[in-house]
Amino acid sequence: MNAELLFYVSGSIAVVASLFVVTNKNAVHALLYLVVSLLALAMCFYLLGAPFAAALQIIVYAGAIMVLFVFAVMIFNINQSDIDRESQWLKWQYWVGPSVLVMILLAEVVWVLQSQQTWSPSEVQLVDARAVGSLLFGPYLLAVEIASFLLLAGLVGGYHLAKELPQKAINKQDHKL
Amino acid sequence: MPELDLILLIAAMVAILVPTAAMLVWFERRLLGFFQQRYGPNRVGYFGILQSLADLIKILFKHDWIPPFADRPVFVLAPLIGAMAILMSFAVIPMAPGLVVSDSNIGLLFFLAMTSMAVYSVVLAGWASNNKYAVLGGMRAAAQTISYEVFMGVSLLGVVILSGSFKLTDIVLAQEGMWYVIPQFLGFVIFIIAGVAESHRLPFDLPEAETELAAGFHTEYSGIKFALFFLGEYLGMMLISMMITTLFLGGWLGPWLPPFVWFVLKTMGLICFFILLRASLPRPRFDQLLEFGWKWMLPLALLNLVGTAVVQLWGDF
Repeated sequence: MNAELLFYVSGSIAVVASLFVVTNKNAVHALLYLVVSLLALAMCFYLLGAPFAAALQIIVYAGAIMVLFVFAVMIFNINQSDIDRESQWLKWQYWVGPSVLVMILLAEVVWVLQSQQTWSPSEVQLVDARAVGSLLFGPYLLAVEIASFLLLAGLVGGYHLAKELPQKAINKQDHKL
Repeated sequence: MPELDLILLIAAMVAILVPTAAMLVWFERRLLGFFQQRYGPNRVGYFGILQSLADLIKILFKHDWIPPFADRPVFVLAPLIGAMAILMSFAVIPMAPGLVVSDSNIGLLFFLAMTSMAVYSVVLAGWASNNKYAVLGGMRAAAQTISYEVFMGVSLLGVVILSGSFKLTDIVLAQEGMWYVIPQFLGFVIFIIAGVAESHRLPFDLPEAETELAAGFHTEYSGIKFALFFLGEYLGMMLISMMITTLFLGGWLGPWLPPFVWFVLKTMGLICFFILLRASLPRPRFDQLLEFGWKWMLPLALLNLVGTAVVQLWGDF
């Protein structure tokens, strides 16, 4: 019972924080709400019996990827004119279309959940790190390999962009940092 | 009533850890003085033992200034995030048999998660100050922490392979025969280096290098918020020392003395080692720091991981 309450609390935090991510005009504040949302999601994972996934969610998403985002946004030097432009873009007319579509999706999800068996917290089964590992290197090996190909492509792309050109013509400081 | 016990334990831990971190400031200054053949602070109380208290009183009476050009909410939040994240990681460290707040199945991962959360403190402080030195410090902190976090995690996997668990109590008990510092010496060294970098201690204190960046990310901070950053740094040093003790030096294990005493002795030894590092090593240049991380430490950590896995699997067959 307690776990169920905790789940709903962290779930609602995730939803509210995600709303703030979309509506916030300051990019860094929006990113902070995104971090909160990811942390709340990790809490949900934990309560649903996946502690390993919860820990990875924090380490990889909230800890590494979001830090990179904040790092990038920090360099943009956001000022008042950016915030004003953001608020021009955030007129209510733009919300109508997406809201209608999302409402349809929501209705669909509610209908699907209605027609299924009811879920109860006692059915939660613990998936530990060992189970995740043997699943990843067993039945889902192909997916892991494909994902690693994707990452390799990203790595090669990054290397290409950061590669030192043979003739240093324009900017000698480029390769540092 | 087990819940009341737990709350009391948490309260006791906070009540012990925070003053200990404050005392460490005095201890470090005395020890640095000793290494540099001078006295250090020795005026307040016996041997200057009340120096931290005097500092605290002074810092409480300072003007707690928030610059008008700063991003107010983030500026206030940043020092809190760091101290909280580091205080939370103490919850999973077993200091003696049974003396642990949460003996979690994912204790080691929880530690890594909380240290990765602690970065936000420095990065956001730098950004919210809206000052070019602070921003530079924050950017350095972000780049440094992301680079060093990667092989910090990888260097610990050797320990996980040998003990077969993320649970810190299991890891300590698995070292009954031999401390992991012997079979995992490479991992031990890499983890120490990553730990120094994660807690922004000298020689890896590039985010606050005072010779080039004024005071780096905390240039605009004063009063109690500055004290929180300071507290976070010393708590971080204690945390890393305790983690090294737990993972590589057998935690509370040891003959004759009670377990808790062994744990404290090993931790204190490591803290002295960290202070000696500060007194003896120069600070590298920032690009050297990143190059060292990616080109040397990461491949070595991966090598350590693969080697440990091969040896372990060889034994299984």
